[in-house]
Amino acid sequence: MRSSHPSRTLVLLAGSTLLLSACAQGSATNPQADEPSTDTEAAADDTADEAAQEMVQITYSNFSANGGNEENLDAIVTAFEEENPSVDVTVETLPYDDYFTALQTAVAGGSEADVFELNYENFVTYQESGALAAMEGVDTSAYVPSLVEAFAVDGTSYGLPESFSNVVLFYNADLFEEAGVEPPTSDWTWQDERAAAEQLTDAGAGVWGDYQPISFHEFYKALAQNGGTFLSEDGSAVAFDSPEGVEAAEWLVGKSGTTMPSAEDGAGTPDFDSGLFMDGELAMWHTGIWMFGAMAEADFAWDIVVEPGMQAQASAMFANTVVVSERSEQQEAAQAFAAYVTGSDVAAQTRIEAGWELPPVDDESLNAAYLEQTPPANRAAVFEALDEVVLPPVIASQQEMQDIVTEELTEAAAGRKTAQEAVDSAAERVAPLLGE
Amino acid sequence: MTTTAPAMASTTASAATAPPTPSPRRGGRRRQLGWAVLFLAPSAVPLLLFSLLPMGVSLWVSLQQWNLISDPTFVGLDNYRSLLADERTRASFWHTLTYIGGYLPLVYAGGLALAVGLNHTFRGVGALRTAYFLPVVTSWVVVALVWQWLLNPSTGLVNHLLGLVGLPQPGWWTDPAWAMPSVILASAWKDLGFVMVILLAGLQAVPQELLDAAKVDGANAWQRFRHVTLPLLSPATFFVVVISLINGFQVFDQVDVMTGGGPAGASQVVVGQVYDLTFRYGSAGEASALSWLLFLVILAVTIVQVRGQRRWVTHA
Repeated sequence: MRSSHPSRTLVLLAGSTLLLSACAQGSATNPQADEPSTDTEAAADDTADEAAQEMVQITYSNFSANGGNEENLDAIVTAFEEENPSVDVTVETLPYDDYFTALQTAVAGGSEADVFELNYENFVTYQESGALAAMEGVDTSAYVPSLVEAFAVDGTSYGLPESFSNVVLFYNADLFEEAGVEPPTSDWTWQDERAAAEQLTDAGAGVWGDYQPISFHEFYKALAQNGGTFLSEDGSAVAFDSPEGVEAAEWLVGKSGTTMPSAEDGAGTPDFDSGLFMDGELAMWHTGIWMFGAMAEADFAWDIVVEPGMQAQASAMFANTVVVSERSEQQEAAQAFAAYVTGSDVAAQTRIEAGWELPPVDDESLNAAYLEQTPPANRAAVFEALDEVVLPPVIASQQEMQDIVTEELTEAAAGRKTAQEAVDSAAERVAPLLGE
Repeated sequence: MTTTAPAMASTTASAATAPPTPSPRRGGRRRQLGWAVLFLAPSAVPLLLFSLLPMGVSLWVSLQQWNLISDPTFVGLDNYRSLLADERTRASFWHTLTYIGGYLPLVYAGGLALAVGLNHTFRGVGALRTAYFLPVVTSWVVVALVWQWLLNPSTGLVNHLLGLVGLPQPGWWTDPAWAMPSVILASAWKDLGFVMVILLAGLQAVPQELLDAAKVDGANAWQRFRHVTLPLLSPATFFVVVISLINGFQVFDQVDVMTGGGPAGASQVVVGQVYDLTFRYGSAGEASALSWLLFLVILAVTIVQVRGQRRWVTHA
């Protein structure tokens, strides 16, 4: 979860350059967020009273605009307000790290926003807890159907797909050329990746061959790449303690300290991997397409390919959704805004132009616009990866399961357990969670 | 407040003269009560609102199954039962006790040494006392980040120095066996100044005559310290121990920043477990129950200390 999570990394990647725009943004959104407290506003309040009676106030809480896309979200919100003059939207943007804690607390206190953003795993929890309103009045035909299904229960949408992203293999083409190693292709397997990583690792020059977080998110994906499954088909039993699972664990933890920096070298700390790649000290990097923007500034040639598989190809996909609170008193306006911020042309255009994750709409011309931008030259790999997608297993005790798997793999990476021991121990600890 | 000050002054004056009057006016007493309420309110209202009320609510939450999102369901004492059966509860209490066991002697011995060393008048003693106290008022997040950096197993200053003199270089916060010692070290360093200040005040209250008398009786420096200074320091020691134990049981910030409870849960303390149960694992009920277990443990330990102090605390 920690460093591999897209939105979190999205927050991190923005870095200092965006701090400035974030500050400027703060002043642009705050007057909306504040209750009429200044004298001028209070005075204007009386005269605007009649108009205000018809004004519908809704609030929107989100994390994905944080760290650089605040202005882009503002543009979408402004366009919505222009088209719906009777609706006033107040935006609250929080960093990913704090977002879910704040949201839980707000929901517990009954003060959550009318409309808010969720990632896929949290969507399941909130939906099952009955906190989300059914999106009955929304036409979902414009969205990619599989994404609509991901946020629907028994055919009813409880969230509208907002954006999605996936993970690919980034590589530093200059390092490959210098070392005389053939660059990766979409036909590569783990063996090809390992062989190249070994050739490219040059401890003396401080160059590492590979980087892939050792975490739950990488494990379920590697498991799928190796032809295994995480849970049994009905979800009632653990299935990752298979030979495929042990091999997947070995594949991940075997990198640590050999072709990939270990925890003691700083792996897993914020910005470590992006810094390493940006400094030209990392040849191959498993990370998400949300890093395109930050890496555009790199002073070396780089490109992407679909991640190497083993028995099969499998890529991780992350999707965010926008939901309406069950308790919102402005269901109509809230659903209209949710539909606009996710499915409108303005929203899709804004996302494409800003390189801010991919819009969830089924529109070839938008995709064409996305593909035209470089780097990376091989942007088609983003859509290629979508052909073989693996979604995370989701259970009621999601976070606990993720923590257990990450913790056991970390123990194996540190050499305190073998991959087999780590997988067995994880299976033993995850099994009791499945019955809950 | 400023506008009512003259009124208060005059009323307190009349209240002061009121008791001797043989016929107590009921209005005067009521007015006194009014003032008492007014003066108590600034601390009583926040206490009620932000301490007692939340405590009551948390007692109620501890009897519910609640992930903060859905409606809570009453489960009676189930949360307490599942906690007592949960190995992680025992582990977190054990880690907390390990922390206290390492931290308390270290911070006390260090604070005492500093207090004795700085209980003299020499050039720059004020600056030194201030310097040692600075970490106490520094944010824990800053201190923990600096220590994490100092104790970095591969690039940290501490391991570099250890390497220079040929000593083994532990994995500090990346090694389960060293994670808690790392936290203890940072915590003792940060709180040294606090202990020093309390003990310094205690030392300065030791009457010189007693020390002189012991000297005349032939007691050497160590004997004077052991049999005169230390016993007279016992009220200050008692205070330091009670406060440090209460704070020690609630250790959280430094653990959260330095190790996050890891590696592999090796430094997960009770409050860290409360946090994880609430915000990571969606079990606010169990988290509240664990808070109450912690409260009971702290209460028991403090009662034992207060009872036991009669045996070793000398009141001069």
